[in-house]
Amino acid sequence: MKEPIQKVLRYMAIELAVYAALAIAYFCLVLRFLGTWLAGLFHEQRTYYVVASILLMVGQAIGLERLGTGLSYVIRRGKK
Amino acid sequence: MFFPISGVHINPFVLGILGLVIGILGGFFGVGGSFLSGPSLFSLGMPYNFVVGTDLIHIVGKSIVAARQHRILGHIDLKLAAVMVIGTLVGSEGGVDAIEALKRLGEVNLVVGLTAISVFTVISIFGAWESWQALRKSRAITDDPDGPKTDVLVFDRLAKFFQGLALGPRISLKQSGILKISIWSIVLVSFVGGFFSGFLGGGAGYIRMPAMVYLLGIPTHIAVGTDLFEIIISAGYGSIRHAMNGNVDILVALVMHTGAAVGAQLGARLTQYFSGPWIRLAFAPLPLLGAIMVAIALITGHHS
Repeated sequence: MKEPIQKVLRYMAIELAVYAALAIAYFCLVLRFLGTWLAGLFHEQRTYYVVASILLMVGQAIGLERLGTGLSYVIRRGKK
Repeated sequence: MFFPISGVHINPFVLGILGLVIGILGGFFGVGGSFLSGPSLFSLGMPYNFVVGTDLIHIVGKSIVAARQHRILGHIDLKLAAVMVIGTLVGSEGGVDAIEALKRLGEVNLVVGLTAISVFTVISIFGAWESWQALRKSRAITDDPDGPKTDVLVFDRLAKFFQGLALGPRISLKQSGILKISIWSIVLVSFVGGFFSGFLGGGAGYIRMPAMVYLLGIPTHIAVGTDLFEIIISAGYGSIRHAMNGNVDILVALVMHTGAAVGAQLGARLTQYFSGPWIRLAFAPLPLLGAIMVAIALITGHHS
């Protein structure tokens, strides 16, 4: 059964706020620790760069999807 | 902040917010969102060849997130997606080769820009006209605002033609409610989408999603979900090709994707509250916005 749209939007706003804080911390870490290494791979070993890029993107997608779903679950359970 | 791979300075928070907006639109409309992210990255100062490749790999990540949400909602026709992948990959290869040829001629920005403007404008105008007519027709069918969400299609002549094409082999698509359709119809539509995916960047959902609805007669919600699933494969393939050619800045893509991942989930969940014609009508202005952004960037040569 579908939830009322107002309720869904309220949950989404809370999820977004919590997620934003976690995501900002995450991308600061990525830029700090992976930036130089990836730039080196890009210029010197293109094949490894391609593999690393795909793995990073797929890994990040799966990780962030789990994080989003987990947050949604926790926030809804906390509100009930 | 300096991104050493593409050699550009971009504020990472702008990238995150851009990703979030594009993620919501992508999850809701079943498109990669390259009609907005491409022009936006271009106007932020990225060279167009990096825009195309970087946008593609960010779309792979975002589509994984959105497709999973649509799978939960039952909006993905796996059989249709499997056939579409064939045409998309062949078309994508042609598109990437065309970009490389233009790079050698030094005309990549102009030609890709003008093509993008033309394609986006046509899709916008046609989509707005058709969905408006469909909404009027669906209101005539039912005046009950709490009634079931109907998916009315006004312009169905092409869909009837492609579904009636007696060119074997023909398959049934139960999830999409189609009894028989030629595999070649599906391959042709996906080939065109694939070519634009490789040529203009992104997953070409802005072409394939409307094409699935208007040319193949797929219900809008199924077209949205299936397109996202198919984009993972086609954009993934295009990303590898572009990365090998040095057109991908993975750092920019990862930062954009942090916003896009949550946006895609939110957008996908919202689709269940809107009928097919409403989704198509809301989609119509977006490619036009992309066309305007490309036109401004081309005219002013603006790289802020």
